Amino acid sequence: MEFGFTTAAYVIATVLFILSLGGLSGQESAKRAVWYGIVGMALAVVATLVGPGSGLWLLSILLIAGGGMIGYYVAQKVQMTEMPQLVAAMHSLVGLAAVFVGFIAHLELSNVQAMTAEARAGLDGFAGLLAHKSPVEQSILRVELFLGIFIGAVTFTGSVIAYGKLAGKVGSAATKLPGGHGLNAGAALLSVVCLIWYFNSGAMLPLALMTIAALFIGYHLIMGIGGADMPVVVSMLNSYSGWAAAAIGFSLGNDLLIVVGALVGSSGAILSYIMCKAMNRSFISVILGGFGGTAGPQMQVEGEQIAIEADGVAAALNDADSVIIIPGYGMAVAQAQQSVSELVRKLRASGKTVRFAIHPVAGRLPGHMNVLLAEAKVPYDIVMEMDEINDDFPTTDVAIVIGSNDIVNPAAQEDPNSPIAGMPVLECWKAKQVFVSKRGQGTGYSGIENPLFFKENTRMFYGDAKASLDKLLPMIG
Amino acid sequence: MQLIIGTPKEVYEGERRVAMTPESAAQLQKLGHSCIIQSGAGALAGFSDDDYIAAGVEIAKTAPALWKAADVVAKVRAPSEAEVKRLRSAQTLISFFNPAGNPDLMAAAAKKGSTVIAMDMVPRISRAQKMDALSSMANIAGYRAVIEAGNNFGRFFTGQVTAAGKVPPAKVLVVGAGVAGLAAIGTATSLGAITYAFDVRPEVAEQIESMGAEFVFLEFEESTQDSSATGGYAAPSSPEFREKQLEKFREMAPDIDIVICTALIPNREAPELWTEDMVQMMKPGSVIIDLAAEKGGNCKLTVMDEKIVTDNGVTIVGYTDFPSRMAAQASTLYSTNIRHMLTDLTPDKDGVIHHDMEDDVIRGATIAHEKEVTFPPPPPKVAAIAAAPKKETPKEPTPEEKRAAEAAAFKAATKSQVTMLAVGGALMLLVGSVAPASFMQHFIVFVLAVFVGFQVIWNVSHSLHTPLMAVTNAISSIIILGALMQIGSGSGLVILLAALSVFMAGINIFGGFLVTRRMLAMFQKS
Repeated sequence: MEFGFTTAAYVIATVLFILSLGGLSGQESAKRAVWYGIVGMALAVVATLVGPGSGLWLLSILLIAGGGMIGYYVAQKVQMTEMPQLVAAMHSLVGLAAVFVGFIAHLELSNVQAMTAEARAGLDGFAGLLAHKSPVEQSILRVELFLGIFIGAVTFTGSVIAYGKLAGKVGSAATKLPGGHGLNAGAALLSVVCLIWYFNSGAMLPLALMTIAALFIGYHLIMGIGGADMPVVVSMLNSYSGWAAAAIGFSLGNDLLIVVGALVGSSGAILSYIMCKAMNRSFISVILGGFGGTAGPQMQVEGEQIAIEADGVAAALNDADSVIIIPGYGMAVAQAQQSVSELVRKLRASGKTVRFAIHPVAGRLPGHMNVLLAEAKVPYDIVMEMDEINDDFPTTDVAIVIGSNDIVNPAAQEDPNSPIAGMPVLECWKAKQVFVSKRGQGTGYSGIENPLFFKENTRMFYGDAKASLDKLLPMIG
Repeated sequence: MQLIIGTPKEVYEGERRVAMTPESAAQLQKLGHSCIIQSGAGALAGFSDDDYIAAGVEIAKTAPALWKAADVVAKVRAPSEAEVKRLRSAQTLISFFNPAGNPDLMAAAAKKGSTVIAMDMVPRISRAQKMDALSSMANIAGYRAVIEAGNNFGRFFTGQVTAAGKVPPAKVLVVGAGVAGLAAIGTATSLGAITYAFDVRPEVAEQIESMGAEFVFLEFEESTQDSSATGGYAAPSSPEFREKQLEKFREMAPDIDIVICTALIPNREAPELWTEDMVQMMKPGSVIIDLAAEKGGNCKLTVMDEKIVTDNGVTIVGYTDFPSRMAAQASTLYSTNIRHMLTDLTPDKDGVIHHDMEDDVIRGATIAHEKEVTFPPPPPKVAAIAAAPKKETPKEPTPEEKRAAEAAAFKAATKSQVTMLAVGGALMLLVGSVAPASFMQHFIVFVLAVFVGFQVIWNVSHSLHTPLMAVTNAISSIIILGALMQIGSGSGLVILLAALSVFMAGINIFGGFLVTRRMLAMFQKS
């Protein structure tokens, strides 16, 4: 049976989804764009329910409503600092759903093939769709659903581990099982063998084997990536969940799935690319974990870190005309965004120019800092990108670094042997004075010594970012 | 046992500074020391005996009583012969000393068995900056030099357009951009003068410009000086370089209203940089402040410690006591330097001096210890300043080169695009020749969608990357369509799996969209 109405609805939904993503080019249009997405999704679901998915529609609606309640609850409750975890957790759901859908397709395919020709003719719905496929098409279908399950499984375990790392439930350091990349390569090879096997036999066993191998790859791959690379990982998983949906779309012959999957997939891929470029690292070296090879010893850092107390920082801030704040993951950890916002409000009230400089990989999620600052009611027009603000540091009186480390490391420019050599960084040391709010003297995630802390115009403001800022606030003004 | 830190009244004629202020005394007491000061020692710097008593400092009536009571004597000027005689064994003296110029005094002090720390010998490494008294005094001298110049200069520094006529801004040339030079630049610029500055070390150009002056640039092909080899100080330059430099100064002289000379090379006669004929060229009323007067002056007409006026009306100031002329400020800074030195000497803050001759800073500054003269010190273990890497100044491309580069870039872009299109097209044809038509229909949709995705996502604002991820997450739940299509067909396991998928996707749809909305609602303009 034909579903002209459904197809029409899909076309509209596709357009809406594209507009939804395109609308994110600006803060104001984004507010409209999210409605496009919601309407598109509603349209797609309703059209499917009245059309090809009309069987057991009541159960479906109940399930969606049930899931929706949980989703609503989570969305209302989540802290903005927990965004990275939430996104990772939601990716894992998409991955798992893709695996299930792939398996169903396999089961149905087997059922259909076991039936007699007469029985097949009487089928409708999804089984009917399968029944009308030629043998070649069925072979292709196998490849498609195999790919869908594979990507879905990698996404699932990968996202679960990413969630664990971001939520602090799994150690964030890069860890690998003995055998390292060999294990991954072995699992990938096994999957290829299974593909050939499954392509020829259509049996359940290779599919199950491959699923286990893929689950392992997802787990091991992400375990091997350190906390600082999480922005790339999350956007990569985002991309994978899209490709999984697209592969499933092929096997179900559903264009809307294909289009949306491809949109999401390319979006994630571009985000990964932007993040990698911001770290001056190749995508491969991030995925394979650890920092790329470095030649020669690192530059020795000389001098000492000079500590300063809140009254010293307050005095400098009260004297300053222009201030740039560079937030990092440490601000998110300390939940200090409200205090930062209060500080900015007070400084602006006394007529000073205050701006934020955001490095593309600050935080654990692309755009993480922007969201946190927005939550704390920092107006977005004083929040600048790296390229917009980097030239302004020499004319700035005070730069405050709050909980960031590698993104302000001058070694990236000065020391060709540094592991982060060539990575674009915020040149905060060119400001007349730099204050670094930092927990202690450690080297942070990447373990790279930061010469910034030893510069003559740098003062270290030790302590928990929120506690430090709260101490500072009464002295401003 | 507590150590007693004592400060006598300076005996040098006209010296107004004092090595201990009530504030520094309070800090010293925190280190576990007690403090004593000679009556009236701080009077010329504006600190009365009562101020010291309030800070918990004991007052010694006479100099001999003080020298007797103190274990550590901190003072400003190098000790006089009489003072050295008062030194006793195991006593520590901290002061300026000029050891290279005072070998006899140094030997006498060493013979007494006392330890002498010369504040002018503190090595120039970043760790020792807090006790670098030369820099803190130079800073004051630089400031004061401009003020002194202003005092003798009959016009405004800043240019003004008033109802009574137009006043041109003063033009100030600062020769030598060390600490004093930079301080002078900063002061002159903030008074509104047009400031030029020259230094033989090209790497200070950036510092000069950062203080608001214009660097006087010499066109000269020479392997330029690297001051890291000389501990941050300038070294003598070649005769050819000097010629070029004088030529440039001669060219500037008629226009310059105020010259501030700060060029000194350690342990050498000051180089002559402002010659007599340049003075002749200057306008009447111009002022020259020569901070190098003590070492003979950068201008040979300078008379040490005096102010003279030349026949053509140029005032030349050769004072050497600029820091002393700002005694209150100089004392505050110097006493802080002394305090930092004592902090390093008392690492455990228990009032016990631990004279660590392994420490680069303490070793460098100590010129007499345990009956021996320990000057000159061995070179410090850490190089003072990292050697500046040789910089290649990138050549400004000519318009032709630029055009050629642009054309090449355009060609390369075209080439890569055409190659990609060709390869992609070939792959498509290859797939199409094997795959059935039904697959190809979907495949075309897929490729177009990827293409649209790439076009659209590049425009997404950086700050909205997190909402983008949340939204793509929500819409990737489109996988729900697959589950919805399947849930109705088949039975048992199929329904269960499909139901689970629908449920999970449901969480995602609502969670994703709602959280995006929450985030976007937070973005607001100021």
